[in-house]
Amino acid sequence: MTTLTTELNSGANPRKRTGSLVWHVFALAVLCVVLYPVVWVIGAAFKPGKKIVGSLDLLPADPILDNVKGLADGIAGISIGTFFTNSLFYAGMAVVGVVISSSLTAYAFAKIPFRGRNLLFALMIGTLLLPYHVLLIPQYVMFQKLELINTYVPLLAGKFLATEAFFVFLMVQFMRGLPRELDEAARLDGCGHLRIYWSIVLPLCRPALITSAIFTFINAWNDFMGPLIYLNEPSKYTVSLGLMMFRDQQGISDYGGQIAMAMMALIPVIAFFMAFQRYLIDGMATSGLK
Amino acid sequence: MSLVKDATVLADERNVVRPVAQKRRGRRDNLAGYLFMSPWLAGFLLLTAGPMIASLYYAFTDYNLFAAPKWIGLDNFTAMFDDPRWQKSVQVTLKYVVIGTPLKLLLALGVALLLNQSRRGQGLYRAAFYAPSLIGASVSVGFVWRALFSDNAVVDKGLGSLGLNLGGWIGDPDLILYSLVALTVWQFGAPMVIFLAGLKQVPRELYEAAAVDGAGPLRRFWNITLPMISPVLFFNVLLESIHSFQIFGSAYVVSNTFCGPADATLVYTCYLYQKGFQQSQMGFASAMAWMLLLAVALVTAVLFWSQKKWVHYEEDVK
Repeated sequence: MTTLTTELNSGANPRKRTGSLVWHVFALAVLCVVLYPVVWVIGAAFKPGKKIVGSLDLLPADPILDNVKGLADGIAGISIGTFFTNSLFYAGMAVVGVVISSSLTAYAFAKIPFRGRNLLFALMIGTLLLPYHVLLIPQYVMFQKLELINTYVPLLAGKFLATEAFFVFLMVQFMRGLPRELDEAARLDGCGHLRIYWSIVLPLCRPALITSAIFTFINAWNDFMGPLIYLNEPSKYTVSLGLMMFRDQQGISDYGGQIAMAMMALIPVIAFFMAFQRYLIDGMATSGLK
Repeated sequence: MSLVKDATVLADERNVVRPVAQKRRGRRDNLAGYLFMSPWLAGFLLLTAGPMIASLYYAFTDYNLFAAPKWIGLDNFTAMFDDPRWQKSVQVTLKYVVIGTPLKLLLALGVALLLNQSRRGQGLYRAAFYAPSLIGASVSVGFVWRALFSDNAVVDKGLGSLGLNLGGWIGDPDLILYSLVALTVWQFGAPMVIFLAGLKQVPRELYEAAAVDGAGPLRRFWNITLPMISPVLFFNVLLESIHSFQIFGSAYVVSNTFCGPADATLVYTCYLYQKGFQQSQMGFASAMAWMLLLAVALVTAVLFWSQKKWVHYEEDVK
């Protein structure tokens, strides 16, 4: 202990220095455990399929590209690219739908004093706690009667109709925080609500819009239950379903291709996260407060 | 806490007396308000309220999608209570929620306390710990989990080197559910971020005053930190437990057979899916869904009722 402190004594307060060292050791230890599976999957994608499960090494002894190359053959005659294109379409459209519909709804709740607002707002908050499974079967029956099974309509309808209450709530919170004087002044100048929404509120809400967009993208990208229920033709499958089909076909214990494709499916999410982590975390944090 | 307080805030805003000249504006506002929220209103009626009513009706019918629903009264519910697999699914889900949620929140709070110090790299740690919450529910991570918890795999060997020879968790009916618990605990980052935001709002003066009075770190945590962050704790407990009840994808992917060995991971929603979409018993599945809704409503009600006893909002402290 004494040697440690003297060694670190070059700086300011020795006790502070030790405290900081202990803190970093602790935080790093947690970090290693938490990130282990993520690093492991990247390493495993370049290990021979038979060695994946048994090896503890994070990095492959001699990396091979067979797993990744194997993906080029596709699954059951469908190229891997198809699944990624489908997921990209689903996630992209979901973002468009959520951003438009949630921001319109949030504007009404936050900026327009209309009759019945309190009741509707309470209902909207109530849907946050409603388990989706109650709606699963009747929605399926409805979309089946409309002959929309095996299309993306059932997956996207809710996004365009602002059913994701969390994002509406997030935007309402953000819009309420904007200075009231701005839209009051615009109203005195004769601006209508559409103008205020489009030219004043939306540009100022960019952080909330970005947060919602990224979360929506990632949620849709990861979505498994929705596609599982509504899509039944392999050429329409998203990455999540493609992964499951791949595993069924290759056999559950053949980890080579499985893990390589799993790694590729994680890349967009991780990239998005690294680019926008501040927006995501701040958005999350405000949802629980204020 | 926001979700609860918001309704009252809005009510106050509306009670502001408006001059008569603005009455016309009020009428225009009503029209604009409903136009702006028409997407949500349509969604609420078509995708939430309507289906809820339909689902309640189906719960009392025999319905297989192909023939019209036939009213059978409470038969679905009595059949459900007598069904050993339904009982098993309730047991599995409760075990998962009761073990997983507290562990996850404890870890989230512990790490939030650790990160709530101004140290270099704090933001980086926060981001890294949050990452699993974003990917944890994906099929990819389900694959990884299955690989990590298999026989002779990373977890097995790691524990073996510590002298704990448990074997693979995936094939073991006693252990496979704990691999799912581990998966949810791994995603502690989301509640951690919310705890951290709550901790940042605790006034420093309180700690300084307590330190002057000679209160140790444990006392300070118990008497200052915990009451001050209790609204955030409440929010996390509510959201995480409701969320846990609805686990589906991870259980499906990790067990690969819906239910794992000896139905050890037959979580409630997986059984609901099997009944509804594989066996076309839409009536039975709807009855199951309503039981889930009742369970979630009960948990919510109990939590809201109990918050009087342990959640301190700022007004009470002042």
